[in-house]
Amino acid sequence: MIKLQLPISEATIRELKIGDEVVISGLMVTARDAAHKYIHENWPDWLNPIMENSMIYHCGPVVKQRDDGSWSFVAAGPTTSIREEPYEASVMEHYKVRAVIGKGGMGAQTLAGLEKSGGVYLHAIGGLAASLAKTVVRVKDVYMLEELGIPEAFWHIEVKDFPAVVTMDSHGGSLHTTIKAKSDAVAKKLIFG
Amino acid sequence: MFRYDEKVLKDQLLELIRLAATDLPVDVVDAIKAARQNEPEGSAARNVFGMLLKNIDLARDESTPICQDTGTNIYLVYIPEGVSMRKLTALIKEATVEAVDKSYLRPNAVDSLTGKNSGNNIGEGQPFIHFEEWDEDHIEFKLMLKGGGCENVSTQYKLPDVGLGAGRDLDGVYKVIVDAVNAAQGLGCAPGILGIGIGGDRTSSHLAAKTQLFRKITDTNGNPELAELEARLKGDLNELGVGPMGFGGNTTVLAVKMGALHRLPASFFVSISYMCWAYRRHSMTLKAGGEVSYD
Repeated sequence: MIKLQLPISEATIRELKIGDEVVISGLMVTARDAAHKYIHENWPDWLNPIMENSMIYHCGPVVKQRDDGSWSFVAAGPTTSIREEPYEASVMEHYKVRAVIGKGGMGAQTLAGLEKSGGVYLHAIGGLAASLAKTVVRVKDVYMLEELGIPEAFWHIEVKDFPAVVTMDSHGGSLHTTIKAKSDAVAKKLIFG
Repeated sequence: MFRYDEKVLKDQLLELIRLAATDLPVDVVDAIKAARQNEPEGSAARNVFGMLLKNIDLARDESTPICQDTGTNIYLVYIPEGVSMRKLTALIKEATVEAVDKSYLRPNAVDSLTGKNSGNNIGEGQPFIHFEEWDEDHIEFKLMLKGGGCENVSTQYKLPDVGLGAGRDLDGVYKVIVDAVNAAQGLGCAPGILGIGIGGDRTSSHLAAKTQLFRKITDTNGNPELAELEARLKGDLNELGVGPMGFGGNTTVLAVKMGALHRLPASFFVSISYMCWAYRRHSMTLKAGGEVSYD
């Protein structure tokens, strides 16, 4: 188990290989469908200090607001990442994001981007929402809540010991491609005999 | 005349939603436990199944959602003659809004034209409520929460499918299902449960597929031919090796459930409703005296 502390350097990220199990601590930000579309249309500067040498978490949480106005995460597993495929490589390069965390893996464009700009794809367990919410120790801030709504806002969160697995690395490795190739071969045999 | 107290029924519906979001049914938990046992010690797949089981317990103990995507709320409601669908719909919506306030549900209804989230999980077509009248003297509410990840990998084929060599028979049905599960990989939060609708039109076929998902994992199809095909598919699909979350492993599907509708001579649809491992469904029976039971 490899411990990763945010912010994190490009050199540390480039040491990671597919199959590595990691636990993450520090400040990261959630961003999913509407947030990625917004970034691509605006490239806002205010995201620089939030994203640089940090991680984007593909997550639309269930949250609770306390009486004093502060927020807590109630359920917070990963959402499917492939929908951000058109955006992610350029977002990671622009803001120097060192990892995205999500589920299901991403495509060739992102894989090439990870190699170019120094990043990894971290796979969290889908549906592990109650457990992963426990690792969110603080909601530091929320951005664009009114415009994007609760699931799609930018939640700036502090996590402690958030578990994930490296399934795409900065050396062109993708666990998803390997599994898919095996599965394709079996499917072909079942369908065509 | 079927009478009930509206305030009481609203609270009973809220409890149904809470159970659906936070308490995974026993048949599903048992299937996940069995899948864990079927993976080698120390494997990633066994580790993932272990984490799923811990999360299931945590969600139940703390009454928090198993998955943050509390999904499309799909209701099948069976009513005796004379019960107002309009009034029950209003109560379901009231309970839904309260469930969002209590963080059992995420506000999940986005205006497709403006992109605005309604904030309370209510919108055009949300929640989805399908009513049927029956001969029984009680009301049954069946509820399933179906997340976006697994809905996105759900699909529909029309036979024949030349590329797959799939003709208009059960062998063709088998082939398109293998193709769909292979294409889905781990994206729908494998291992999945498949609801299959054969025949119908494009709409009724999908509804038939989703209705199949209300069956228990352990039941056996009443049609022997479909029962045999369900068992064969489950075995063969697990040969794909996709495993939990697509990490690789011996369990890619937990169950396959199939049903058939009549079709037009021109059409032969096969609808595949892929449900994630967080297979959240419960039902509530309301008797005329106001007494309820949950399953």
